[in-house]
Amino acid sequence: MMRVARALMIVAAVAFVAARAFAVDPTELPDPALQARYLALTHELRCMQCQNESLADSPVGLAADLRREVRDQLLAGRSDDQIRAWMSARYGDFILFRPRYSLRNAWLWGAPGVLLLIGALVCWRVVRGRARLLPGDHEPLEEDGPN
Amino acid sequence: MSRFLLPLGIFALLAVVLAIGIRHSPEKGVIASPLLGKPAPAFAVPNLSNPTGEVRSADLRGRWYLFNVWGTWCAGCREEHETLLQVHRAGVVPIIGLDWKDDDAQALDWLKQLGDPYQSVGTDHSGREAIEWGVYGAPETFLVNPQGIVVYKHIGALTPEAWTREILPRVSGRPAGTS
Repeated sequence: MMRVARALMIVAAVAFVAARAFAVDPTELPDPALQARYLALTHELRCMQCQNESLADSPVGLAADLRREVRDQLLAGRSDDQIRAWMSARYGDFILFRPRYSLRNAWLWGAPGVLLLIGALVCWRVVRGRARLLPGDHEPLEEDGPN
Repeated sequence: MSRFLLPLGIFALLAVVLAIGIRHSPEKGVIASPLLGKPAPAFAVPNLSNPTGEVRSADLRGRWYLFNVWGTWCAGCREEHETLLQVHRAGVVPIIGLDWKDDDAQALDWLKQLGDPYQSVGTDHSGREAIEWGVYGAPETFLVNPQGIVVYKHIGALTPEAWTREILPRVSGRPAGTS
């Protein structure tokens, strides 16, 4: 039993080390806070070549170039927002996986609220219509009795 | 009868909106450049055929030019090469090349074998210059006006149709179809 557990632990350790060694992006920044921001940013920026992958997950050359930009700009002391703005000035808002609010896409952000409002209005009208039927339902029953 | 009118109206409206969306949706996978209507990035990159010299945007002020991003590793670039040669022969607008993440010797070989349509070619080994232009896949071609503003971007291999329909009318100031 002990032997199996030990073997499993060794396998897990090797797998962990190997996963880090073969990761798409082995970048390590000197400061853990910077490293955390680096990981967050590369995960929320799109690889423009593959389009459904983030910079962090993509093995293509352009993604590596853009990761290098993120790293260099973080090391140069630029803020996350400055880096996002820098990226979207070159590649458009499409590079941001988390879209920003802008006049152009305001209708997209507003649409769910408007639809909810329309739904509530329809619901209210239907309920009110049914409620008005209720008294009408009762009266004929009493009148239609055999006596 | 009137109870069907509202859903029918909504359906018709939706159909019209979607039809417009389909008609106007850009080619699949093509992303509009935020550079359009904005100043082209200033650049000064090593000259491919003269490594001590530079290709600089400052030298191009006051005239139209095409900025073509290519590489010998790029299949679409070979595909468009004949069109670039035609554009070069037409002599209407000079083509400035950016040899993106490429080997200089191979690039010089390519130009010797296939013909050289460029006024000058800059090199971008690090890929930094291409990022400035928002390039995400070669070939990409930008049309820059004399004021240094990017007025058109073609993504993918340049075609004779794109040249006559999109680029030539802009450079000559005449709408397409008139001569």
